[in-house]
Amino acid sequence: MNSALSVDRFQFAFTITFHYLFPQLTMGLALLILVLKSMALRTGDEHYNRASRFWARIFGINFAMGVVTGIPLEFQFGTNWAQFSRTAGSVIGQTLAMEGVYSFFLESTFLGLFLFGEKRLGPRLHWLSALCVFLGSWLSGYFIIATDAWMQHPVGYQMASDGHLRLSSLWSVLMNEWAWWQYAHNMLASAVTASVVVSALGAFYLLSHQYEAYARTFVRVGVIAGTIAMVLLIFPAGDRQGVLVTAYQPVTLAAMEGLFETKEGAPIALVGQPDTEKMKLDNPILVPRALSFLTYRRWGASVKGLKDFPMDRWPDNIPLLYYSYHIMVGLGTLFLALMVLAAFLLARGRLYGNRAVLWVLLLMTPFPYVATTAGWITAEVGRQPWLIYGVMPTAAGASPGVSAGNGLFTLMGFMGLYLILGMLFLFLVQKEIEQGPENEKESP
Amino acid sequence: MESLWFCLAAVMIAVYVVLDGFDIGTGIVHLLVAHADGERRSVLRAIGPVWDGNEVWLIAGGGTLFFAFPALYASSFSGFYLPLMMVLWLLILRGVSIEFRNQVESLLWRPLWDVVFAWSSLLLAVFYGAALGNVVRGVPLDASGYFFLPLWSDFRVSSHGGILDWYTVMTGIAALLALTLHGALWVRLKNADPVRERAVSLARRTWWGVVIMTVALTAASFAIQPHLSERFTSAPWGFVFPAVAIVGLLGIRWSQSNATELRAFLFSCAYLLGMLTAAAFGVYPYLLPASTGARFGLTIHNAAADQYGLGIGLAWWIPGMFLAAGYAVYTYRHFSGKVPSQEPS
Repeated sequence: MNSALSVDRFQFAFTITFHYLFPQLTMGLALLILVLKSMALRTGDEHYNRASRFWARIFGINFAMGVVTGIPLEFQFGTNWAQFSRTAGSVIGQTLAMEGVYSFFLESTFLGLFLFGEKRLGPRLHWLSALCVFLGSWLSGYFIIATDAWMQHPVGYQMASDGHLRLSSLWSVLMNEWAWWQYAHNMLASAVTASVVVSALGAFYLLSHQYEAYARTFVRVGVIAGTIAMVLLIFPAGDRQGVLVTAYQPVTLAAMEGLFETKEGAPIALVGQPDTEKMKLDNPILVPRALSFLTYRRWGASVKGLKDFPMDRWPDNIPLLYYSYHIMVGLGTLFLALMVLAAFLLARGRLYGNRAVLWVLLLMTPFPYVATTAGWITAEVGRQPWLIYGVMPTAAGASPGVSAGNGLFTLMGFMGLYLILGMLFLFLVQKEIEQGPENEKESP
Repeated sequence: MESLWFCLAAVMIAVYVVLDGFDIGTGIVHLLVAHADGERRSVLRAIGPVWDGNEVWLIAGGGTLFFAFPALYASSFSGFYLPLMMVLWLLILRGVSIEFRNQVESLLWRPLWDVVFAWSSLLLAVFYGAALGNVVRGVPLDASGYFFLPLWSDFRVSSHGGILDWYTVMTGIAALLALTLHGALWVRLKNADPVRERAVSLARRTWWGVVIMTVALTAASFAIQPHLSERFTSAPWGFVFPAVAIVGLLGIRWSQSNATELRAFLFSCAYLLGMLTAAAFGVYPYLLPASTGARFGLTIHNAAADQYGLGIGLAWWIPGMFLAAGYAVYTYRHFSGKVPSQEPS
């Protein structure tokens, strides 16, 4: 942490990781609130309106956290990554500005109407405002993913004679193949986070015999949405991303899998510890030939190992990359199994009384956050040593004028502030959970 | 094309200042005009549904600067590193204080967030004013197009001064007074007595301060930045911008009666718009003048993106901003009128 570059990197990593704890819930929750509002509109049952008002309160707290921790991210491109901003700003500035213009205005306007205007708007318009909040938040996700996808797999640009990158086709940037699959994967993950949180709270209420009518709705909606999202998350979204990494970032693939030797019929390591000094995977448990099949669709295909790439092109933290990837995949597999089991019990009408499964649903709450964070670490550490893959090294992107001392000062400021925010957040959410869906205060 | 984007970016920032300006102004006057809990909730309710949307103008304006003038974004954000980070912290504190205050009923919780709200708003106003002062004064850009300024050094206006010198402290105070007035007029518009009455008297007193600072600031700006007088003498039509500001300032004074609450607020918007556009006009074609020599200054030409990017940007920016303006009009109409009075709880 004594160089300005490592401070810049750590500050961005820290602030974006903390930030994304909130949008990953709100984007998925916007979808589930829309589902609840649609059920209310169709059945005319006030039960669903109350349920969606309850989740709107949780949404509101998360949204506020997402907004205030999101603003620093856009600004940090300029403050800490000036050289990157100057080189690539005419490209990534477009998608970032589009996010502001097309999604944040939409989202913030209709969230204000959704939270403050239910009585004046009437049921149909209130449903419409829920729809607009959902559209705004999912659109915002797209512009951010398009920005990241361009850094992962740059398209639609030219390099000018002064070394700056020029946008040559905004359409290509927005239609980047990488962006669409990454978007699908990420948004489904967000839906899984929200589904797990909603069903976990339902399980909590059922287990503690409170608000049981609402609890059953929460569990039902969460488990059904979670099962669908989890299946699509793995196939096709996750699978297609794997194929893209294989095609465009083969060295990242080798590092994620801990594959040091080039092999025909390469195995997948379920468990193991990569040793980058001796260039081998310790204590591996392998599934033979699986990696070749998943990447190239042939059991005997040859997969290039790390040793066949120059070391200066290796991601600079292979163990972190390897573990993040394995944590994401491992947790995803567990979620799938559990969701399918819960959906099966739900269909048989035996879920609400099955305390063991409800307990597991409840205890699952933190793990989608862990899996999502691990997934993003995989993507971003996997991009190293590049800031723009194959175009600009990370080391070349930092601000020349910002010293490590100034950087550390603000990093510690963010850490302190976010620690307090995190505690306040937990306290407020806990209060909402305790208050429950039945006891409504007047709107704030 | 570059000039067009200069205008568009300037307008977005000006709209941000006008809209979030009344949220910030509300924060500055919050403790002064609202005493009981119910009063404070009314004051907050008047910005509750809109402050977040108003802040989006900052994000969208920042994004617009980013893709239209990437070199400016890179240079100014890294050069103003520390104050910008502090602005971000203040925005965080202010945002959570608005959202969290009413979540808990407690004699300690609510006053705590009221104080956080007021002080973060006050400091933001000063920071924004000082930031504008720095842009007008210029910064020590070097040949690579970068600079780095400490927060302060000897408070003198020179190329080795800091972000805060006597001039930028002055712009900070001017901004604080202008937004205090702006906020007081908004609170007056949206609230019933006794909050309204206190806002009226606060606005009346602040108005004099704004007048004095406007005169002093104008004189000081022309003294420290010679480019301003060159601009206004070479293109005298530019005097229309300061004229708008003067009309706004006088109009506020003329709109004292109860029937003219909205008019007074709109005059205050005109004042802020006039001051900001006058500054933008005066600085043009610079985006960030250099105190180290005119050739180092960042202009709309040497900091702009390429023509394709600027052109395609226009294609999506225009319809997008029509939508955004439409949402804003709809929201303000929907939440127009005085906020419903709050029972103490």
